[in-house]
Amino acid sequence: MMELWQSFVLGVNELMPWFDGNVAAIVIILIKAVALIMPLLLTVAYFTYAERKVIGYMQLRIGPNRVGPKGWLQPIADALKLMTKEIIFPSKANIYLFLLAPILAIAPAIAVWAVVPFDEGIYVTNLDVSLLYVLAIGSIGVYGIILAGWASNSKYPLLGALRSASLLVSYEIVIGFALVTVVMIAGSVNLNTIVADQQGGIVNWYFIPLFPMMIIFFISALVETNRAPFDVVEGESEIVGGTHVEYSGMTFAVFFLAEYANMILMAVLAVIMFFGGWHSPFEGLGVLESVFAWVPGIVWLLAKSTFFMFLYLWVRATFPRFRYDQIMRLSWKVFLPMTIIWIFVVALMTQLHIGPWFA
Amino acid sequence: MIDGIKKLAKNLTLSELRSGMKITAKEFVNTKITVQYPEEKTPISPRFRGLHALRRYPNGEERCIACKLCEAVCPANAITIESEMRDDGTRRTTQYDIDLFKCIFCGFCEEACPVDAIVETQIFDYAFESRDGSIMTKERLLKVGDDNEQVISKTKAQDAKYR
Repeated sequence: MMELWQSFVLGVNELMPWFDGNVAAIVIILIKAVALIMPLLLTVAYFTYAERKVIGYMQLRIGPNRVGPKGWLQPIADALKLMTKEIIFPSKANIYLFLLAPILAIAPAIAVWAVVPFDEGIYVTNLDVSLLYVLAIGSIGVYGIILAGWASNSKYPLLGALRSASLLVSYEIVIGFALVTVVMIAGSVNLNTIVADQQGGIVNWYFIPLFPMMIIFFISALVETNRAPFDVVEGESEIVGGTHVEYSGMTFAVFFLAEYANMILMAVLAVIMFFGGWHSPFEGLGVLESVFAWVPGIVWLLAKSTFFMFLYLWVRATFPRFRYDQIMRLSWKVFLPMTIIWIFVVALMTQLHIGPWFA
Repeated sequence: MIDGIKKLAKNLTLSELRSGMKITAKEFVNTKITVQYPEEKTPISPRFRGLHALRRYPNGEERCIACKLCEAVCPANAITIESEMRDDGTRRTTQYDIDLFKCIFCGFCEEACPVDAIVETQIFDYAFESRDGSIMTKERLLKVGDDNEQVISKTKAQDAKYR
C-alpha cells in the first residue's frame, strides 16, 4: 500500500514538479481526515435516528418510520430541513461571536478524534500525550456553549451557559481523577499503549480493577456531553432550550453535531480506557479465539462502543432530570472523594502486584 | 447505624437505578401497540357521530320533507332550512345548510328527523381548504349520502335496536 502510494507520488511529481513529498504528506493527512470525518458525521446522523427509535421503543412507541423504509431516511430528511431553514440572528446579538460559537463547539469535537486508535496502527496521529490531548481539546468544546450563551444576548442562553461552565469545572476534575487510575495501571498517557496494555482477554481489561471508576467515568461523560439526566444546560422545562434558544437552521445543527460527536467520542473512550479497545473479548479462550480471529479489531471497538452509545439512550429514556444542586453534590461530595480513595486503592494494588493488571 | 450502612450499600450498588433501567429494558422488547393511522384504523362504533349526510329513498327520491324539526332542535343553530312547494305538490327544501364550524356533533338532528333523512356518518377525516368549505350545502350533503349509502344503512340497522 505504502509502496503503491510512493510510486504514485513519484509519477505525479514527474508530471507536476510542485507535487513533491511535502505536498503528498498534506494530501495524505487530508485523506485521513476525510476518511475519519465522513463516517463520523454519518454515525452522528444515524445515532439521532437510533436515539429516537430506542427511546420510542422504551416508551412503547414505534418512533420514526415514515421517511423511507422503516424511517431509514429520517436523518437525511432532518439534515435537509435544517440546511434549508433560515438562520435567525437576534437583533442585539454580537453576530461574529454568535457565529463563532458553533464553530468553537464542533471543531474540538472533531479534532479530538485525531488521536483515537481504532485498531492496532489505525489512527490519524499517534501522540505520546494523547490522553492529555483528549482532555484538553475536549474541554475547549465548552467554550462554544459559553460563547453561544453570551453572544445570544438573551437570558435563558446565558443561564444555560453558566450551568454548562460550572458543570464542566466540577466534572472535568472527576473525569481527570478517574482517568488517572487508568494511567496508573497502564503507565502511559498514550491511548495506543493503554489499549495495548489490556491485551490478553477480558480479565486483563481495566474495568475489573477500576469498576467504580468505570461507572463514575460513564456518569461524568453523561454530564460532560449534557445528556439526560444531566441536561440542565438545555433543560427544556426550566430554561426553554438553554444555549440553543436563539440558534436556528444550520447553526443549531452544528451544535447538535458537536454534542453527538462528543457522545460517540465518550463511548469510544470508555471502551479504550476500560474495555480493551480493539481487543477481542475472546482472547485467550482457545477455540473461541481462533473462531473469531478473522474479525478485525475495529469491529470489536465499534461493537463495544455501540453498547455504550445504547446505554446513553437507555439512561435518557429511564431517568428524570437531576436538579442543579444535586448534580453539584454528586460531583463534589460523592464522585470526587470516591475517585481519590480509588487512586489510593490502585496505588496499594500496584504495590502488592495484584492480578494481571499490576504485574 | 445499621440502617445507614444498608442505605449506603444500596446507593453504592445503584440498586434504584438498576431497577429503573430494568423496567425500560423490559418495555424496549415489549410488543408495540401503536396504530399506524392511515394504514390501520381503530374500530368505529355504528353510533359514531361524524360528518352529516342527507339520505334518499331507494327510488332516488330525497327523504327530507323540510319539517324543520332538526333546525328547531339544533342547540348550536348550525342548520338553516328554506322550503318551497315542488311542482308535484310536495314540500321540499330549497336550501339545507349545516355550518360545520357551529355544529357540535350532538346528533340531535338525526334523532329528531321523522324520515331518517339527516344522519351522521362514520366519516371523521374530512377537511376543507376555504372558510366557505365549512358550509355543507344540500348538494354536498346529498352527495355524501349517495356515496356512503351502503355504510350508512348498515350502521343505522346495527344501531336501530338500541333506539
